[in-house]
Amino acid sequence: MLKLNDHKSLLVKFQSLLALLLMVVIFSSCAEGFFSTDNFWLVLTQVSVNMCLSVGMTLVILTGGIDLSVGSVLALSGAVMAGLLKNGLELPAFNLFVGVTALGAILTGLLVGSFLGFFNGLMIAFLRIPPFVATLAMMTIARGLTQLWTGGAAITGLGEVFGYVGTDRFAGVPVRVWTCAVMVGIAILVLKKTRFGRYVYAVGGNERAARFSGLNVNRIKLRVYTIAGALSAVGGLIVTSKLDSATPVAGDGYELDSIAAVVIGGTSLSGGKGSVLGTVLGVLIIGVLNSGLIILSVPPFWQKVIKGCVILLAVAIDKLNTKEQ
Amino acid sequence: MAPSKTDNAVLQARSISKAFGGIQALNDVSLEICAGKVNAIVGENGAGKSTLMKILSGMYTEYEGQIVLDGRTVAFANPAEAQDSGIAMIHQELNLIPHLSVAENVFLGREFVSRMGLIDYRAMHNETTRILKRLDLDIDPRVAVSGLRVGQQQVVEIAHALSLDACIVIMDEPTSAISDHEIEILFGLIRSLTARGVAVVYITHKLDELFQIADTVAVLRDGSVVGSGPIEEVTQDDIVRMMVGRDMKDFFVKADVATAQVVFAVSDICLVDPARGADYVVDHVSFEVKAGEVLGLFGLMGAGRTELLETVFGLHPNHSSGDIFLDGRQIEIDSPIDAISSGVGFVTEDRKAEGLILEMSVAANISLAGLAQTERFKLLSSRLENRLAADHVKRLGIKTPSVKQIVENLSGGNQQKVVIAKWLATDPRVLLLDEPTRGIDINAKNEIYKLVSELAGAGLSIVMVSCELPEIMAICDRVIVLSEGRQTAEFTSSQATQELIMKAAIPQGQGSLNYWDKEC
Repeated sequence: MLKLNDHKSLLVKFQSLLALLLMVVIFSSCAEGFFSTDNFWLVLTQVSVNMCLSVGMTLVILTGGIDLSVGSVLALSGAVMAGLLKNGLELPAFNLFVGVTALGAILTGLLVGSFLGFFNGLMIAFLRIPPFVATLAMMTIARGLTQLWTGGAAITGLGEVFGYVGTDRFAGVPVRVWTCAVMVGIAILVLKKTRFGRYVYAVGGNERAARFSGLNVNRIKLRVYTIAGALSAVGGLIVTSKLDSATPVAGDGYELDSIAAVVIGGTSLSGGKGSVLGTVLGVLIIGVLNSGLIILSVPPFWQKVIKGCVILLAVAIDKLNTKEQ
Repeated sequence: MAPSKTDNAVLQARSISKAFGGIQALNDVSLEICAGKVNAIVGENGAGKSTLMKILSGMYTEYEGQIVLDGRTVAFANPAEAQDSGIAMIHQELNLIPHLSVAENVFLGREFVSRMGLIDYRAMHNETTRILKRLDLDIDPRVAVSGLRVGQQQVVEIAHALSLDACIVIMDEPTSAISDHEIEILFGLIRSLTARGVAVVYITHKLDELFQIADTVAVLRDGSVVGSGPIEEVTQDDIVRMMVGRDMKDFFVKADVATAQVVFAVSDICLVDPARGADYVVDHVSFEVKAGEVLGLFGLMGAGRTELLETVFGLHPNHSSGDIFLDGRQIEIDSPIDAISSGVGFVTEDRKAEGLILEMSVAANISLAGLAQTERFKLLSSRLENRLAADHVKRLGIKTPSVKQIVENLSGGNQQKVVIAKWLATDPRVLLLDEPTRGIDINAKNEIYKLVSELAGAGLSIVMVSCELPEIMAICDRVIVLSEGRQTAEFTSSQATQELIMKAAIPQGQGSLNYWDKEC
């Protein structure tokens, strides 16, 4: 028989899931059209970008860091993909013009995102710049580079092949949803089943003890930020492909939604504690909230207020629970 | 030496006892602090000096016994109350806020405020200058404390105490980080304080200082006062005897299993503290350990014990030098990764800060340093991991409901065993142990002793740092004594006596350095 304590710890364990279910029930009863197949897919596709960013953010936050640059890295990677695809690469010095295929453009964009993340990691691991500052700087740098690359205007008309990821379906499920499902699956496997995943938790739990136990802390951090950069680029691919356009303001403010999702999902900002599954729930909670509020025609300004309150509530409940234990 | 009754005792501690968990830190301690005198308190590390001072200065509020100040029984609820009653404590790690100015530090929390509610800096600076002048320190009260030398910072702390009109000033190892010249100045200051009727409580383990500055001395050992009285009535030898005189019979004695084969040797290990220029923290230390041998490293605070182990383990590659040999072959250890792959494990002194990931399970902690062996096809196998953990839990007798238990929930002794298990799981040749029995109860201590002996019996080479003499005497086949970073003596277990070891450990010259080492 379960004791009261067991009930309580179960409740704590599944609090995000309960909150999500509760929200679904509430919105279903009062928002017409919320509980429908169409809206189900709509919510899942809408959260796909934030899902990618938040998986990377979870890894970063698990090591005790933070990445504020995900939105800008998303924009630059997307713009690189769009620009290469549309205009190719001109190298006047060699009197050369290189045309780029959709696949080539996507891979280059992913590489750019990974490199920016890698650079974040270098600054944080080797120059010991606090993650907040290093990624804040990268946020500005990548945004500026995006504006330079695009000349301040959107790059549009990218063609059907490139649009596949953002608009098509595979086996009845939007490719966007597949993409982030695969990312989530890999992340869960890596965190639970590989040495690297275990080390991510160890570094966040006690960096000193991790170092004393022979872990290469710098390399672990470097990898984590690189992965976050790469996942931002995947987000850039989804956004650009969906809109058939890369704009210089893409992904603006996405870092905040992503951090919110990770925190709502129960990952501790001080590192060492949390899970990708929690983050998935956090992303869905934000997505469901957005969808429900829109269907209820809550004015956009109020939506922000309500979202902020939900974040506070989630973390406050979490704090109260951990205090009791 | 009988406790002497004096008329001018401003503060009396009566039958103070205090326990932490199962450990009795103070046991029925009675002490008198006299006005206008330097009241010295000496004792081994862990004898209870710091605990007693923390009670007197209001940091620990729960204890048995009474504190009588000026004939009134007092019970301080916090350090601020003790300060208001005129007791100021000058900590070993100075309690100053580095980026605030001298004046701001001296009057922290009691700033002069004008009628407008703004800080009256001019008055504060004037008052600070006045106090500093009394202390013979000519510095601008507006400069930031971080720009001052340690000795000057100490004077700022004393100025703080004076500004409180303290009638009792407690100084905890005040000379541990300052130069000879500054010690002279400090002694001058102390004399001028006592001349004005202030009672100075002076905690130290440097006996030569004691005879220069102290008026009375009280010796603490294992939480009890073992002797006290005027300094003229005792000799240095008396004090050493009182500090160490403990019966060895209760302690575990290790079986002799050492072979002749040297496994691990280091030579000319040096470490400099970049913050302190050319001073050696570890000064050309060499030692070797045989298979099955337990080598003890003994030293008082500031001897460089922990730093020596850290250097050998590759934690200070940029500030150290020296050669390391395993099985006669020279090896390079520039990082813990190198050390572990060479078969060296390091059980650190502070298991919570350096040894364990507290939020992780017992199994995850045990497997952490040798995680590769729990992999199957590049993926972690929880079956292999749990088996590895279960084997070590059984071998070391770790009391835990399951290997999945979060390590934070274990007792100190069992946590320590988890740290040792983590290193055993890497299959080491050499195990460095830094204060392995620190902060654990007596039963757990005995279990650790037994374990260390068994590990040596299985052929492991062990280097153990400890500041508890009986422990060193009981477990080690050989002892090296460190003092101020230098190797001052070496004894086999049959040669060693507590007096000989303690004598070698006490710094001979003045001006010792080292604030790296923590008091144990």
